[in-house]
Amino acid sequence: MHQTFDAAIEMNLLHANQRGADHNRSHFDQWGITCINLMSSPGAGKTQLLESTLKGLQGLNVAVIEGDMTTELDADRLRQHGVPVIAINTGRSCHLDSKMVAGGIHQLQHDHDPTALDLVVVENVGNLVCPAEFEVGEHAKVALLSITEGEDKPLKYPVMFREADCLLITKTDLAPHLEADLDQIEANVRQINPHVAIFRVSAKTGEGLAGWFEWIQQTVINQTNRLQLTV
Amino acid sequence: MERPVPLSIANKTMHETDMTKALIGTIHDWWDSQPKHPTIQKIHLIVGAFTCVEPASLQFAFEVQTQGTFLDGAQLVIKDIPLVAYCHTCRADYRPEFGSQYACPECNSPMEDIRSGRELKIDHLEYVAV
Repeated sequence: MHQTFDAAIEMNLLHANQRGADHNRSHFDQWGITCINLMSSPGAGKTQLLESTLKGLQGLNVAVIEGDMTTELDADRLRQHGVPVIAINTGRSCHLDSKMVAGGIHQLQHDHDPTALDLVVVENVGNLVCPAEFEVGEHAKVALLSITEGEDKPLKYPVMFREADCLLITKTDLAPHLEADLDQIEANVRQINPHVAIFRVSAKTGEGLAGWFEWIQQTVINQTNRLQLTV
Repeated sequence: MERPVPLSIANKTMHETDMTKALIGTIHDWWDSQPKHPTIQKIHLIVGAFTCVEPASLQFAFEVQTQGTFLDGAQLVIKDIPLVAYCHTCRADYRPEFGSQYACPECNSPMEDIRSGRELKIDHLEYVAV
């Protein structure tokens, strides 16, 4: 005769992913690396922003882990800037998970000296939904929203904008050609996430990038200080 | 043995397909840790409204992905939790309007604390010992 039992699990649905993310983070901590997870809808300008960042950011050794559904086109664009770029082909998956990024980290460790790096930027798959729930081992989340996407996007996809530590409103050079209300975008994000750092940037003209670079520098400093305190 | 999910279905419920994979992975860890692998009958989930999970799609993806696996025939029971925020100014809970209004409807303070709605939890399992 069979007896039915009840087992309390009380475990996060994403427990397995979370455990992997913690493992990745411990690698980054061990190497003194700050990891940033870059997320947005497709076409918000993540790769172009990264290109401008690799060009303009001073004094930090950067590597990129690049998630792309099928191609290495983005990775090839970034490699031209002379930094280590690990491409992860995500197949049909619409986000990076901690296991995929673990593969990227191991490759990074194999091909390069991770202790020489200060910053790893993970460029997530273009998607406003899933990446918000799947941590990859980052210390900070950065969301991009281009001004062509509409002011209401933060209200429709609130989870990502709630989770973000930093929001970049991108493609501001297009503002004269659009009826985009940038103050409204900021107000919509602020009602979901009052403490997020917001920068209006154009990766094309360089406008506003100084604030973003400063935010990165500060995030790396905070992270380094945190590690020294815990050692 | 796991059967591949047909592409047409995978594309339709892509987010939930990945979420379901994560769910199955977590339950598999538990199942594997049991000395005698039990037969799992029901999985009780708690899913908040302020997450990226759509319960109906999750049900569908779960059925498809568990066929022929250790979870074949197991039932997914999902309890929905609404989004509730707390306004420090008004010292009161309120229900944000999903898609339009997250600030406090009384004083317009931004959504600071989320009381509930972020849950994505496997609460408990019902199983039969073999």
